[in-house]
Amino acid sequence: MVTKLPKVPVVVVGMGWAGGIVSAELTKAGINVVGLERGKDRSTADYTMGHDELRYQHRQELMQDLSKETITYRNTVSGKALPMRHYGTFIVGDGVGGAGSHWNGQTYRFLPYDFEIRSKTIERYGIEKIPAWMEGLNDWGITYDEMEPYYDTFEKMAGISGETVELWGKRTNPYPTPPLVKTPLMKEFEKAATSLGYKPFVIPAANLSESYTNPDGISRGACQYCAYCENFGCEYGAKGDPAVTVIPVAKQTGKLDLRTHSNVLELTKSGGKASGVIYVDMLTGEKFEQPADVVVVASYVFNNSRLLLNSGIGTPYDPKTGKGTIGKNYCYQVTAGGSQLFFEDREFNLYGGAGALGMEIAEYMGDNFDHSKVDFIHGAGIRSTQYGDRPIAVNRVPAGTPNWGAEFKEKSIKYANSNFPVKTQGASLPHKENYLDLDPEFKDEFGYPLLRMTYEYTDNDRAMGKYMSAITRKFAEEIGADIIDTNEEQGPFNVNKDSNTHNTGGVIMGTDPEKSALNTYLQMWEAENVFVLGASAFPHNSSFNPTGTLGALSYRAAEGIQKYLKEGGLLVKA
Amino acid sequence: MSEQEKKESVLDKRSSRRTFIKNSGLTVGGVVLGGALGSLLIKDDKSTTHNTVTQNHAKTPAANPNVALMFFTPSQYQVTQAAVDRIFPEDANGPGAKELNAAIYIDHQLAGPWGSNVKDYRLGAFYKAEENQGPQTKILRKDLFLAGLDSLNTYSNKQFKVDFKELEATQQDEVLLAFSEGKVELYGKVSSSQFFNLLRTLTIEGVYADPMYGGNNEMLGWSMRKYPGSRMQYVAEIQDEKFIELEPQSLNSHMGH
Ligand SMILES: Cc1cc2nc3c(=O)[nH]c(=O)nc-3n(C[C@H](O)[C@H](O)[C@H](O)COP(=O)(O)OP(=O)(O)OC[C@H]3O[C@@H](n4cnc5c(N)ncnc54)[C@H](O)[C@@H]3O)c2cc1C
Ligand code: SF4
Repeated sequence: MVTKLPKVPVVVVGMGWAGGIVSAELTKAGINVVGLERGKDRSTADYTMGHDELRYQHRQELMQDLSKETITYRNTVSGKALPMRHYGTFIVGDGVGGAGSHWNGQTYRFLPYDFEIRSKTIERYGIEKIPAWMEGLNDWGITYDEMEPYYDTFEKMAGISGETVELWGKRTNPYPTPPLVKTPLMKEFEKAATSLGYKPFVIPAANLSESYTNPDGISRGACQYCAYCENFGCEYGAKGDPAVTVIPVAKQTGKLDLRTHSNVLELTKSGGKASGVIYVDMLTGEKFEQPADVVVVASYVFNNSRLLLNSGIGTPYDPKTGKGTIGKNYCYQVTAGGSQLFFEDREFNLYGGAGALGMEIAEYMGDNFDHSKVDFIHGAGIRSTQYGDRPIAVNRVPAGTPNWGAEFKEKSIKYANSNFPVKTQGASLPHKENYLDLDPEFKDEFGYPLLRMTYEYTDNDRAMGKYMSAITRKFAEEIGADIIDTNEEQGPFNVNKDSNTHNTGGVIMGTDPEKSALNTYLQMWEAENVFVLGASAFPHNSSFNPTGTLGALSYRAAEGIQKYLKEGGLLVKA
Repeated sequence: MSEQEKKESVLDKRSSRRTFIKNSGLTVGGVVLGGALGSLLIKDDKSTTHNTVTQNHAKTPAANPNVALMFFTPSQYQVTQAAVDRIFPEDANGPGAKELNAAIYIDHQLAGPWGSNVKDYRLGAFYKAEENQGPQTKILRKDLFLAGLDSLNTYSNKQFKVDFKELEATQQDEVLLAFSEGKVELYGKVSSSQFFNLLRTLTIEGVYADPMYGGNNEMLGWSMRKYPGSRMQYVAEIQDEKFIELEPQSLNSHMGH
């Protein structure tokens, strides 16, 4: 039995950054919002025992419960996808704050090149530079200059600490707070970068460098470099987290009806639009129908595609014909190239750190260097970070050391405080056979098909990884480590081992309804009262962590929704 | 930096840490590093080569109440002790996984929800997987571990005519290597390397997880690698060019007692 509830203006599915931002903006404007979140409510009080590596990092306390739903995965269109049964690569958020509670806080803007990637690549190198399999590579339909005010708003809300980087797009304002401190490890990177002729910068961070009050009046204290950041919630509230910023703001308006343990199963439809959602109370199993004028889907990349596909909203993407849009241009992040440095007689205070603490260079990002003689486009950030090395997770040993036994113990202890990597974080561009659809066999606990991911690294990724790893090697040699292990190869994707949750695409934005699911307000071309928010809207992934850009786009979507509630219709002409 | 200087800087930092913690309304717990490390290193294990749980218990009657079994039989516990001690052996750095109570940690983990895979996806059919699709076996961690322990003994008896725990260290290493390479028949279609990976993961966790979980006895896992445990902040330390060694603190120190 499904209980039908009274209609509301807006229902938001998911209370992470995307759902939180849109809820804050709409409720501040006086609009009533129902927020449905499958997990529990959370605040800093939940993290009193937060420095527990086992519970949070290795038992995934804050992440989605895979016994209820997961994704299935295969490398190629002809393979059989199997479920990700245990946690490995992707650690998906759950509960108020979503992954924004346990993220690192590295907060970037994408490059001007990213937003016009197709035109700019063709302009500089000709159409031949884009291989046939990368046909899905497109301009986003919005320029960096148009995005700038939304980035500015997101950065001010979250209080991003950073320094202006010349090789990125122009800023109207400096970062709201100064960069984080430089540690001896970061100074090693800085020195090497400078002598190699680059301009290193401190990574922009949502870990506050000093106490800060944002334009909504939310005050937060400075980061303590406690090192329990990535995978953990911040007991100080120093990390920008929806649960300490936008969600309390939305709650204060009295206009947010936040319903936790409310898992949305599907969107309901009527006449080419959505009419609301059906959700289940995860504690009691009761089902409800919540009608609404506008449905905001902000349930992370995976469920954004899955909910639309399970509801029959939008046309599913078909890799054979290239037609359809839902599930298209799934991209990831390319990070295999890198060098590991070991020191015989230097110790760093590696037990301390913060999720976004590190230094990087921008010279090899986007089109900041000439690609005419290389067989890839876009690029990577070269970086060294200090997150704080926790002892279960981090046991780096020189190549060739066994991973157990006497030698492992000796080396892992010897180098515990005497190592660090120079890493790469590279862009991921669309391949026509990398996509998301519904699994034909595996279901969630309620009987709805799981999302199926078909994904493999591309030639572009492998060539870029190799090129970038050589640069990390130069850094390592310049720093002068005693042992340097360099990895050049981007091996096959492994759902158990690859290590980040930077998933993008599936419900992408653009200017052409044949090629994209959304316009630049993240409004669906095929269902004008559905707005789909998150990194799912990115037509490709840049060499950056996604959240700064998805946050900025969420502010733009909030603007669009207000306009839509007044005027109706598509906000952009196709 | 000389030892003396190092100690002084530790003391300096420690007092500033105390001030901070006092200000934030939390109290400090923790042990004196030298003393605790010393006592465990001195405790020779010769008398317990063929020990039983009861002997151990009799030896240290006032010991840690956490050291009791909620899952293993005493003999399963002993095989586990022997195995973890080869994964992470005693050496000049300090105690091995056995002394650190990693086998107690494993017992407690397998008894709990994680041992029964409650947060894993277990619906649908279990097919043979490609290497990059992650394990697809239905067996629960607790059952996998017990099958692995059985198999360690069966294999040791086949190769050397004695149980695993009676083998010389080098022979134990040989056995574990064969397991890690998936060369041993375990149980049905389950590979011995799957058991080995579980054993290896659990051993490292038992050495380094917070002592409230039963392992990392007296935080000696942490002190060996100069890891300060779960302190509240490192604002000064991370900017310091010198390495600053801090005595470890466990989550117990956050209890405000
Ligand atoms: C360990 C880690 C570190 C990271 N570090 C960084 C970083 O440094 N920089 C960066 O930019 N990004 C980082 N990310 C990524 C970042 O966390 C995400 O990009 C961001 O939080 C996504 O926000 P979102 O609102 O789109 O989704 P989420 O935060 O995932 O929120 C979606 C919410 O929807 C809920 N939900 C899902 N399905 C349903 C349903 N059917 N019904 C109801 N509710 C539902 C979920 O429970 C969740 O709360 C990191 C991620 C992880 C896991
Ligand atoms: S490192 Fe800083 S921002 Fe991260 S959890 Fe600790 S105090 Fe919070």
